[in-house]
Amino acid sequence: MTDSHIVSSFDRDLADLNRLVARLGGLAEQQFAAAIDALENRDVSSIDDIIAGDSALDRLEQELNDRAIEVIATRAPMARDLRSILSAVKIASVLERVGDYAKNIAKRSRVIIQEETNRSDTISLARIADIVQGMLRQVLDAYATGNAEQAMDVWARDQEVDALYSSLHGDVLAVIAKGAEQASVSSHFLFIAKNIERIGDHTTAVAEQVYFQVHGSMPTDERPKADLASGPSVTT
Amino acid sequence: MTNIENPKVKIKARNMTVHYGDAQALHGIDLDLNANEVTALIGPSGCGKSTFLRCINRMNDVIEGCRVGGSLSIDEQDIYDAAVDVVELRARVGMVFQKPNPFPKSIYDNVAYGPRIHGMAQDRASLDALVERSLKRAGLWQEVKDRLNASGTSLSGGQQQRLCIARAIAVNPDIVLMDEPCSALDPIATAVIEELMEELRRDYTIVIVTHSMQQAARISQRTAYFHLGDLVEHGQTETIFTTPQHQQTEAYISGKIG
Repeated sequence: MTDSHIVSSFDRDLADLNRLVARLGGLAEQQFAAAIDALENRDVSSIDDIIAGDSALDRLEQELNDRAIEVIATRAPMARDLRSILSAVKIASVLERVGDYAKNIAKRSRVIIQEETNRSDTISLARIADIVQGMLRQVLDAYATGNAEQAMDVWARDQEVDALYSSLHGDVLAVIAKGAEQASVSSHFLFIAKNIERIGDHTTAVAEQVYFQVHGSMPTDERPKADLASGPSVTT
Repeated sequence: MTNIENPKVKIKARNMTVHYGDAQALHGIDLDLNANEVTALIGPSGCGKSTFLRCINRMNDVIEGCRVGGSLSIDEQDIYDAAVDVVELRARVGMVFQKPNPFPKSIYDNVAYGPRIHGMAQDRASLDALVERSLKRAGLWQEVKDRLNASGTSLSGGQQQRLCIARAIAVNPDIVLMDEPCSALDPIATAVIEELMEELRRDYTIVIVTHSMQQAARISQRTAYFHLGDLVEHGQTETIFTTPQHQQTEAYISGKIG
């Protein structure tokens, strides 16, 4: 959007919404990164802060919803303006969910860290987390710059995450099969992996909104699915 | 008869040009307007939308130095053909203006005026029936039935505008043109007229010029966007207001400097 509104306060309203999304995105990224760092560095000291930090995302999402309602009621937005407001609301809701997943990862990480186990599958978990963090960063960039192509790159990358998750899922089940003593930690481990995979899905939802905002329609290509763990064929 | 999926073209403009002296107001407009739909003509002042509207009942003919080119047909008949009776045409194509302009006569006579001139009623009883039917269609009957002899100008602005609509439809037109019919009305009177338009389009084809984007979005099935004498975009109203194809349209409906 290069051209500006004749009523310049309308531009400020829309910019405010964009800024709120950016802040929410920044916080979600930060919470997610902190949760993964805690797990990778086996450091429980930050976990309480991560859990407490989630309420800031909830408040920010509420603030954005209130502002969006105000702008719709007072400006009667049309076309791209209306889409950008709707997208901001939807993206905010997705980012708030990302915060919830980060909080859940932090809670489960505490249990894993306290169990003092050393597992090889932590490495593949770190790999997935790394990719998903990159996707989240990239999709927030795409939102900030209104770059639908960049957003669609993120959308396409989710299949890699799904494939890695499927493979990790199999590895964890194999660990459980070997002996019951790891079962509790393994289940937490699996839920963390699932949370990360879900964050990946949510970044694609943001990507779709960026595309919608730019083009006025949802992307039409069916996204390739590689998450075999969700299918009925997994019997390991 | 007709529906939105299978619309019948009522008004067909081809390469319409209008000059006022040396100034060209319309640059070759091609536009089909469907029967039993409300088409909203939108665009900034001076874009040609009112000029186009006035082509449909040859109101431009009365303007000194105005030349009209191209063709405009209603039901496949070119209304600029030399054989066309303009008085008859204007009965077929009624018009409602920005400012309510009832005659300084009784409510009854305002509505009866056209039918009398066109010899549409044989006796008093059939004229009474025609007046009642027109006032009912214009949604005014309940409010005025006990004071039909009161002056038309004694009514409120919104009632006066509905009286003008009743007057326009009393002569049984096919098409009703409206040039910013609500711009002098308060929001309640506006809503009453908008509700009425939805009713009227069952029987008439309606073309409205409006400066209110919200009104165009609310009441029309199709919207045509004019800019500097050109038709920039024409399509289904929901498309024009959600995903317009032209940057100029987007800028205009969003209130941006184009």
